[in-house]
Amino acid sequence: MSLSISLSVNGVAREVALDDPRVTLLDLLRERLDLTGTKKGCDRGQCGACTVLLDGRRINACLALAASCDGAAVLTIEGLAQGDTLHPVQAAFIAHDGLQCGFCTPGQIMSAVGLLREAQTGDDPERVREAMSGNLCRCGAYAGITEAILDAQRQLAAPDHAEAA
Amino acid sequence: MNYIIPQSELKVVGTRPVRPDGVDKVTGRATFGADMTLAGMIWGKMLRSPHAHARIVAIDTSRALALPGVRAVVTAADFPDIASEEAFVGEGPMNFRDLSRNCLARDKVLYEGHAVAAVAAASQSVAEAALDLIDVTYEVLPHVIDVEAAMAAGAPILHEDMFTVGIEPKPTKPSNIAKRVAFAKGDAEAGFREADVIVEGRYTTQPVHQAYIEPHACLAQVAADGQAHIYSSTQGQFMVRAYCAKVLGWEIADIRSYPMEIGGGFGGKTLVYLEPVALALARKAGRPVKMVMTREEVFRASGPTSGAVIEVKIGARRDGSIVAAREVLKYQAGAFAGSPIGPGCMCGFAMYDLPNVDVVGYDVVSNRPKVAAYRAPGAPITSFAVESAMDDLARKLKIDPLALREMNGARDGSKTHYGVTHRDIGFLATLEAARSHPHYSAPLKPGQGRGVACGFWFNIGGESSGAVHVNEDGSISVVSGNPDIGGSRASMAMMAAEVLGVPIEHVRPIVGDTASIGFSHLTGGSRVTFATGMAVTQAAERVVDQLKQRAAQIWEIPAEAVEWKDGKAYPAGLNAGAFEPLSLAQIALKAGRTGGPISSEVTLNAQGAGPGFGCHICDVEVDSETGHVKILRYTAVQDVGKAIHPSYVEGQIQGGAAQGIGWALNEEYIYDKDGKMENAGFLDYRVPVASDLPLIEAVMVEVPNPRHPFGVRGVGEVPIVPPMAAVANAIRAATGLRMPDLPISPPKLRAALDAASGAKAA
Ligand code: FES
Ligand code: FES
Repeated sequence: MSLSISLSVNGVAREVALDDPRVTLLDLLRERLDLTGTKKGCDRGQCGACTVLLDGRRINACLALAASCDGAAVLTIEGLAQGDTLHPVQAAFIAHDGLQCGFCTPGQIMSAVGLLREAQTGDDPERVREAMSGNLCRCGAYAGITEAILDAQRQLAAPDHAEAA
Repeated sequence: MNYIIPQSELKVVGTRPVRPDGVDKVTGRATFGADMTLAGMIWGKMLRSPHAHARIVAIDTSRALALPGVRAVVTAADFPDIASEEAFVGEGPMNFRDLSRNCLARDKVLYEGHAVAAVAAASQSVAEAALDLIDVTYEVLPHVIDVEAAMAAGAPILHEDMFTVGIEPKPTKPSNIAKRVAFAKGDAEAGFREADVIVEGRYTTQPVHQAYIEPHACLAQVAADGQAHIYSSTQGQFMVRAYCAKVLGWEIADIRSYPMEIGGGFGGKTLVYLEPVALALARKAGRPVKMVMTREEVFRASGPTSGAVIEVKIGARRDGSIVAAREVLKYQAGAFAGSPIGPGCMCGFAMYDLPNVDVVGYDVVSNRPKVAAYRAPGAPITSFAVESAMDDLARKLKIDPLALREMNGARDGSKTHYGVTHRDIGFLATLEAARSHPHYSAPLKPGQGRGVACGFWFNIGGESSGAVHVNEDGSISVVSGNPDIGGSRASMAMMAAEVLGVPIEHVRPIVGDTASIGFSHLTGGSRVTFATGMAVTQAAERVVDQLKQRAAQIWEIPAEAVEWKDGKAYPAGLNAGAFEPLSLAQIALKAGRTGGPISSEVTLNAQGAGPGFGCHICDVEVDSETGHVKILRYTAVQDVGKAIHPSYVEGQIQGGAAQGIGWALNEEYIYDKDGKMENAGFLDYRVPVASDLPLIEAVMVEVPNPRHPFGVRGVGEVPIVPPMAAVANAIRAATGLRMPDLPISPPKLRAALDAASGAKAA
């Protein structure tokens, strides 16, 4: 039995027929919509590599059933930059070496974007680290990741960026 | 040529340009192992043993093959049964019979998770369903997990044909001890008789997994004529090609291997698990086959590094000079021989200039996954023991722990117990930098403790290829045969740019597939910036020679009369000023008319990798209620030779230290009584998260390696060596307790604290 859902992915309306109701949002993105930027590190909600924004909130795409995303808006790493202009969080990850191998990076960046929208941590690095603890980085790029997030937050708070977040 | 010159004279090397892979990685465009797709692709899945040790009586695949959508099934019967043959590749020996039997079990399964059969099917769900339809009849055998239990008389034997190598007379009974190795210098017995103070200890470490976030993944395609393509996440495309050829019995030239972007390896992607199986499935199915491990499979069936038991004894005179040192190491290798026992026996005492040393090591198999390299394989384990004992010795002698190391530290001319004499090393400079770092003298609050520990890694060289191509528009392509796991693309491009005198923005580094560049050993052993960097530097120099010669041709003067400076050819000597200088781009434009393309590929076997030394300082606070250890401050000092791109070097140091801290405090494999792993996921196998770690400060000491044009030493492995002892020594300082068993997890430490306070109260 096939189930049809409609959702917005990176601002584009998508209609998808699911042949299996158990398909996760992560597999939908990677295998059906060719959006392989979102990574699968564990498929169990334990590494954060698959973090995307669902209606503006960060979630692990491997834990969400695609079927439950009917009508939702999904933002993935591929939809973050505006054309060739990187999102401030993306630019800050490069500027502060918030990555080594880069495999955790899409998840880290989406998680950071979600975190900045939550606006809960202020400029306290300890709280940023706490709030990012669902995103593993085995390369140990945590120092750069934290700096990048704090820097991006400063930039987004600057008047000319008030809209972007 | 030699570029070991003051930083002020270098234009590119030693600076921090934007990383070449940055934009791809922050936009999700970088293509990792599982991201590749080919038209008509189907999915492969592995059936794995539920038993720790069992004989395979029969495998019936007929029901699986009958399932609609299933395109192929393979078992060991589809592969040649190859004879035992050992080759030394990358960081250690590899026996191809073992490798083949690890990829797919033959006769026996040797650990829970051991691959038994594989299917390829139209979808992942059909492939999974087919696995349930493969009927394997097992005869379950008694198993053994722990290293000393496996060595004991009467232990279940894994390999009936394993007779311990390295003991006389040759044993007649099979054993789980694959080999015994021994190193000696001087007379340890006599040395201990001269000692005023002796410390002794018995230490244990648990297997830990490299735990790269990207699971193993590959995509295989085999054309009708047998030409095969394999795309995989690996530390060595040439390794994949050679190993697949061996395991499948194919010719190397029939396989083209493409390295994908690699999501972490740390040594764990230096062998093959899926690739030969995917190729066999692809050939049978006539379709491209993708295989991706689950996280559980990664834990159960790939990596980890050895767990071990180490006994250490060190004797010193009252003034602190060490007179004798002894170590017995038992490393578990997993199901097949090949633990890093050799480096284990060498690295512990390699940092010290000792008159009398006696080291014996055992390589022991048990019913666990075959171990794989993990950053400085073997060294962190031995150093946890030795550096803990050194701390005890410093306490007993009432000498500052850094002073004790300075007094006994290896220097140029020190002869190690394994026969190598150190040259041009920076250990004392590293210790000095640690001692003068403000962290070492910063005040501590009550209840806090500070520990120090050191680490050593050989670093290696070996066979590498590098090519530099001048493109028609004057841009430069630099091709290497090494997957970039720690920033080697940036460092290759930077060395080439420095030699050519061009801005880094015009140099594009590329990791070539096996048909695009000459053979290169895999990325491991901290060899790439050293060995491949040497090849790239030489290739760039040859390109400069060609550029000069082309300018000479254009000007019609002898090539010797041309000078290359800042990316331009200048007429020199008698002709100085006679012509306008020609830029690289101008010469490139005329290449077709002056003799054809300008490019050079250099292949070499690099010798003279300089060893690296590190010294870490760690402050902790222990919660006596919970046994939780909080790392308050961490400083990692390391001799890096010359940092080509300092940010990457710092990243390597921080990353290695972070992994070492996880090893020290939390990570371990936990088995139930049936020999099944109980914590095969990130929830229960806990790697450090952001909030577990303080800012790790990386301090680079640059003692150039004179055998590399820029003075490079490998940097990626040393930083994982000191942390376990640094943390344990800090805990010792904070609590008074010597914790000899890793990991020093909260329940373990709490129990030790309770026992100590109970003993005090009683
Ligand atoms: S893949 Fe979703 S949390 Fe790991
Ligand atoms: S950059 Fe490699 S896991 Fe984070």
